[in-house]
Amino acid sequence: MTSSQLLGITTFAYLGAAALYMVILLFRANKLGLVATTVTAVALLVNTAGIGLRWVESHQMGIGYAPLSNMYESLVFFAWSIGAFYLWVEYSYKNRFLGAFAMPFAALAMILAQFKNPAISPLVPALQSNWLIAHVVTCFIGYAAFAVASGFGVLYLLKNRLKSDNTGGVLAQLPTLKVIDDLIHKTILFGFLWLTAGIITGAIWANSAWGTYWSWDPKETWSLISWFVYAAALHARFTKGWGGQRIAWFAIIGFASIMFTYYGVNYLLSGLHSYGGG
Amino acid sequence: MKSNKNIIWEFFASVKLALFTFFVLAATSIIGTVIPQNSSSAEYIQYYGQSAARLIAILDFNDMYRSWWFLALLVLFCLNLIVCSIERLPRVWKMVTLDNLAVEPERIRKMGLRASLFSSLDSDAVSGRVEELMAAAGWKASKGDVGGGTLFFSQKTPWVRLGVYVVHLSILIIFIGAIIGSVLGSKGAVYIPEGQSTDRIFETGTSREIPLGFEVRCDQFDIEYYDTRPKEYRSDLTVLENGKEVKKQRIVVNDPLDYRGWTFYQSSYDLRYQYTISIKDQISGLEKTFTVPPRQQVSWNEAGVVFGILGDEPPNNKWGSYSLKIWFSDNKGPASNFILGTNSSANVRRPGTTYLVSAQGFSRSARTGLQVAKDPGVWYVYAGCTLMLLGLIVTFFMSHRRMWVHVVKAEKGAEILVAGHSNKNKVGFEKDFELLVDALSSDEQVHISGKKS
Repeated sequence: MTSSQLLGITTFAYLGAAALYMVILLFRANKLGLVATTVTAVALLVNTAGIGLRWVESHQMGIGYAPLSNMYESLVFFAWSIGAFYLWVEYSYKNRFLGAFAMPFAALAMILAQFKNPAISPLVPALQSNWLIAHVVTCFIGYAAFAVASGFGVLYLLKNRLKSDNTGGVLAQLPTLKVIDDLIHKTILFGFLWLTAGIITGAIWANSAWGTYWSWDPKETWSLISWFVYAAALHARFTKGWGGQRIAWFAIIGFASIMFTYYGVNYLLSGLHSYGGG
Repeated sequence: MKSNKNIIWEFFASVKLALFTFFVLAATSIIGTVIPQNSSSAEYIQYYGQSAARLIAILDFNDMYRSWWFLALLVLFCLNLIVCSIERLPRVWKMVTLDNLAVEPERIRKMGLRASLFSSLDSDAVSGRVEELMAAAGWKASKGDVGGGTLFFSQKTPWVRLGVYVVHLSILIIFIGAIIGSVLGSKGAVYIPEGQSTDRIFETGTSREIPLGFEVRCDQFDIEYYDTRPKEYRSDLTVLENGKEVKKQRIVVNDPLDYRGWTFYQSSYDLRYQYTISIKDQISGLEKTFTVPPRQQVSWNEAGVVFGILGDEPPNNKWGSYSLKIWFSDNKGPASNFILGTNSSANVRRPGTTYLVSAQGFSRSARTGLQVAKDPGVWYVYAGCTLMLLGLIVTFFMSHRRMWVHVVKAEKGAEILVAGHSNKNKVGFEKDFELLVDALSSDEQVHISGKKS
């Protein structure tokens, strides 16, 4: 068994989990709830094993490094973070209907990973730093939280739109708007802390590698733009009591900005200065 | 005049301004990620055309993060942050230092979380036990005589209310660090050939010479390869003060050398190869060995031979293997072109003779390319970052929790009024509150006869 095989299985398992959660939501198949959770937990375990095995494989090749160094590996870790974060939310809120709005992100991340080159290649000198682990882990935990927050944002808007003409419908099984609103807010808080930590670890790493902690590189700048978007959301909520649809939209726009930071900068702004993320 | 001042103050104290600044900073920051920064004006004209390039120059979009208008936005951001904090801090400070035993009993009765318990014992007997039970539940209380009874009050982490101001302060500290860095710091670069030293560097952007006040020598530069991909760039550096060696260190990417506030980072290199090539005329026996740099014509007058290396694949790999494209002429007919691999030979047939041309190795000259930085502000930036993370954790995940228990005389025995308040995480606090109420109502000594929530 190789790590690529394990991560291939992970892709299908997350897809299966996402599909199960959709079925549970749409057909009110509550009996499948435990199955969906189990599939997700197993997928997360296989995902963990895949990352671990890839680490071992890199050591066997004599170029051992934490598998967090390129687009493939970061997508795999992104999926892992989403799976872990979602399970935690499900456990805390005891509600399985949320899965339909979170697990598709994990499945999507793994599908995108399958289009990348999974070859284990040695680290270029610039990436040989302990800050690599700290930086990637902090960033992607944040990204995962923001992904889930945006899913809940979509859920809020859907439920809000349909509540007048579809009371007692599919969405009625979901937590109340008030609970979803609180959930979005808490998820953004969590993500914001990790995004901040991600930007800081990146800055410290940049300083230890080339003597400048901030150089307005497009990736750095976009991470700061995302930070401003979420900072605005938090201030609007803390001081003006913004909630509901506005926070839901913030969650969606913020995640779009995060995705541009992660993906867009590498491909659309690649003419400028690109990281070893591609 | 006073009202004027108030208007300005209120402008800077408003959260609307903060939201506006966040939005404008985020939106304008995009510009510099789309338009390449610090390119030459000719490049902007080439990419965007004359008129657009002029607009870019007028608006400083070619170096926007250092432009007056972007810095003005950052100043606005800081002013807003300072005034906002000053405006709100006194009120919050009052909440942190508030004497909660001085609260009106009526207010306790109106708290969001409250429960009334009735004991058949008299209030004095109950009070002592209440204090013990509160302490046992983690609410070590202070007490006072309030409203004809005894009020117990206990709180947890009141200072978390200051967390948000710690975050604001941390941003200012980061800015102070950045300003110190840009005023007192310098950034530059220098190339040092192996075996040589430098006592100055060249400032980034201006190429102005900056004296270091000491010398740095490059003893050796080397690249280690995985196969053909570089694994490590390293320079062995020696610091010299007045010609005396004071520090020796090997630097690699991500592991720089620090000396007297300056930091030397491995950032670039320049390698040049020369190849040893020997030529033997197989008929006359004439033979000579040359040291040949690529793309340079070499004459061997004695034999009437002219040759050179047209191109090389240098030995930039683990095995030290190389390949050379040789051009060879003896002015008799068209020139010969052939490839020589690592330490290999070729027989070159020419009119009247055959030459044996052998590649016998290479020699290398290297220059290491160093980024050099002095930034006395960086520790302020790091301190600010640490403070920011701590402030965020406190602000997001901790709450100021307060618990009051008021024991008053009732018709038959005593009433125990429990009330609680938390500024955040109300759900979590509700559980704490229930635990305390349960502890009080299930205690045999308190002897609860009735309960009202």
